[in-house]
Amino acid sequence: MSEQNNSVLLVSMRGINKTFPGVQALANVDFDLRHGEIHALMGGNGAGKSTLIKVLTGVERPDSGTILLAGKEVSVRSPKHAQSLGISTVYQEINLCPNLTVAENILIGREPMKFGRIDWGGLNAQAREILLRVLGIDIDVTRTLGSYSVAIQQMVAIARALEIESAKILILDEPTSSLSTHETEQLFTVMRKLKTEGVGIIFITHFVDQVYEISDRITVIRNGALVGTYETQALPRMELIVKMIGRSITELDEMSKTKAEARKHISGESVLQAREFGQTGEVEPLDLDLHAGEVLGLAGLVGSGRTETAGLLFGLEAPDSGTLTMAGKKVDKFSPYASITRGLVLSPEDRKAAGIVDDLTVRENIVLALQVGQGWFNHLSTQKQSEIAERYVELLDIATPSLDQPVKNLSGGNQQKVILARWLATNPQVLILDEPTRGIDVGTKAEIQKLVLTLAEEGKACVFISSELEEVMRCSHRIAVLYERRKVAEFTGDVDEHVLMRSMAGGG
Amino acid sequence: MKQPGSSLSWRKVTESKLFFPIVALALILLFDLISNPGFFAIQSREGNLYGSLIDIFRNASTVMLLAIGMTLVIATGGVDLSVGAIMAIAASVAALMMNPYVMAKELPPNLMKLINDPQFTFQPLWVVLAVTLVVATICGLWNGLLVAYVKIQPMVATLILMIAGRGIAQLITNGVRIQIFYGPYAFIGQGWLVLPFSLYLVAVVYLVAWILTRKTAIGMFIESVGINSRSSFFSGIDEKKIKLLAYAFCGICAGIAGLVASSNIKTSDANNIGLTLELDAILAVVIGGTLLGAGGRFSLLASLVGAVVIQAVTTSMYALGVPAFALQAIKGVVVILVILLYSEQARSLIRGIAAQRET
Repeated sequence: MSEQNNSVLLVSMRGINKTFPGVQALANVDFDLRHGEIHALMGGNGAGKSTLIKVLTGVERPDSGTILLAGKEVSVRSPKHAQSLGISTVYQEINLCPNLTVAENILIGREPMKFGRIDWGGLNAQAREILLRVLGIDIDVTRTLGSYSVAIQQMVAIARALEIESAKILILDEPTSSLSTHETEQLFTVMRKLKTEGVGIIFITHFVDQVYEISDRITVIRNGALVGTYETQALPRMELIVKMIGRSITELDEMSKTKAEARKHISGESVLQAREFGQTGEVEPLDLDLHAGEVLGLAGLVGSGRTETAGLLFGLEAPDSGTLTMAGKKVDKFSPYASITRGLVLSPEDRKAAGIVDDLTVRENIVLALQVGQGWFNHLSTQKQSEIAERYVELLDIATPSLDQPVKNLSGGNQQKVILARWLATNPQVLILDEPTRGIDVGTKAEIQKLVLTLAEEGKACVFISSELEEVMRCSHRIAVLYERRKVAEFTGDVDEHVLMRSMAGGG
Repeated sequence: MKQPGSSLSWRKVTESKLFFPIVALALILLFDLISNPGFFAIQSREGNLYGSLIDIFRNASTVMLLAIGMTLVIATGGVDLSVGAIMAIAASVAALMMNPYVMAKELPPNLMKLINDPQFTFQPLWVVLAVTLVVATICGLWNGLLVAYVKIQPMVATLILMIAGRGIAQLITNGVRIQIFYGPYAFIGQGWLVLPFSLYLVAVVYLVAWILTRKTAIGMFIESVGINSRSSFFSGIDEKKIKLLAYAFCGICAGIAGLVASSNIKTSDANNIGLTLELDAILAVVIGGTLLGAGGRFSLLASLVGAVVIQAVTTSMYALGVPAFALQAIKGVVVILVILLYSEQARSLIRGIAAQRET
């Protein structure tokens, strides 16, 4: 690395805009990466981190904005082009071949040849030398990649990126999410070594502790907009969390009025009671009460166990401790089917993978769970299905050309509404909504928030999960806070935002 | 030209799963008509109809029966390779029940005469049919159990019975090819009631399958499981039971096909009954537009047309004097054409043409 190069930024992204149908994924975002820097990119789910990375690696083209690499303006055409520009990404799921040896994985396509055949001895020696020199690790390179831990696999991917693709910019996308503490340390050692060699590393993670341990600077993105870039040392933890979660006073007044109205309807009658309810490795035993006409917010950082708690209540898996009581009866059967027939439903976090059935029509998607509750043979006629679907399309204002449209043709927000309609059609007593507003536009977001409050007013009990704290505070009558898969606090009524955040950050 | 919502828009027609199979069938029949103007001639003898066209349908009946069951299995995202073997098992079971004496080492001469009598059967026909179908259902349940509950990949799970099935069929008859003389049984595959009797069987099985899938929620659940099993799980659909049902039904269909095939050749030939027919059945379903591997949306009728298309190709080639050994190669060409027709490029081309027609 020559001196004059150091003064120029490795990456400089300026005014990046990217719109997807119905969503502004990135709005005028700036991002810099210096030589020899570990730069953490933070933000909630759907904040725009991955879109920004996709723009940088050529997966997506920005609508506007410029990218400068070492001071020169470039237009990244494809991931392959990005690689040739020295930008390499190591994903959470490693895209190497686990059934080939470590050496083969590193040098695939660049095998040393001898007499027209692969020189295996040379290949192994060279691979070993690369690992030792670049990463400072010494392992048996003739073993298959799959026989090593995920951490080692990631390091092999890094070695390949640096040596073969001669990367100057390394993007690590959630590299530590499946690593043990020891493995994380191993990876960090390597990252520090690379840093001293001038490689710029973009580090994406949800773990706040790790950000403070390893990063030099932090950039926070929220709702597709840049919140700011900060020196890690100068940014207190609390402030980082405030910035990630965000808050706005707008709309708050209006919503809290509705909420106060709704509070009158809380009957105090308990519809759901969990006692010491948990599952090893997923959710620590917790107590939870839910009353008719109430919205219970579940707050917590990503990975705090919100989704796992929701899944456990819904019976995706059977708990191994504690009891769940619904409407006075102890629950002994745990399955989605049993929950649906009991009147407890879950709108899942991952809309695409666990929510919509994309080739089925809007009509079929709406009546699906209702039909499940009715059984195989008590078939709803097409006529009846259309009536039901029509009612919810109107009620939720679902924008679709017709009921017989495959649901995949709808926008994300409308797909979300279809899933809500599916659950409302079963006339449930308890609705668990896991990130019901993620990745959808602001207008639909507000509609869904209002819907939740209206449902509570009608006497239903809701569990509302969201990464956006302001949304949780706005919609919930009571908030339970989860931290590292434990319930750490519960707040009733209006709660101070800072108290809530401290609790989310594990500070009691 | 046409208002939206008009029942006969070009877009709707071309996107129907029936569109390609019917076009393909029409092309093959047109080709037959040109090469042999007498191809469509149908004669009536004693009130029954005969002719090349009738032959195509009659010969397609076993594959049609298989294709009905296979459609449901493929729609769940699976495949059943064992249907040919189940046919052989069914044939052996049926033959053994009609004529268990062939297993004896020596037969008294009067019994020998008896079993050659077309009036003779050991068990009455309804018992023969019922037991055979129960055995076929068990075969299907076995497949379903392996796929849904043991969670073995469908191709591997059904490969087990595909390989073992013919051995089981041989074991049932102790390796003997049992000749079938019983007259009423022969009627299943060879009988004629104006049209070949086997076609009525196809119609009944189709109707049962249609009612089962379209007049209950099962069809939607099968499609939902095939399209997105996780979303289906979250919606409370019991994926395992749905898959078990699909494989069991596929087994029954294969059992009926086995009855037809053995009745046709008047023997329980465990080595040859239904041989490679699983591939024809899969091809029929694929021609019918159900996605192999992915599953999802299905059309039973389109699969039936698919089965007829395959048979029409075979019959036409025979009519042209193409030798039997060359036929497999020609089927290969059909497969390639199907793959091309269903490709995204061909679809967008057809969509483009359809859009032009509408303006």
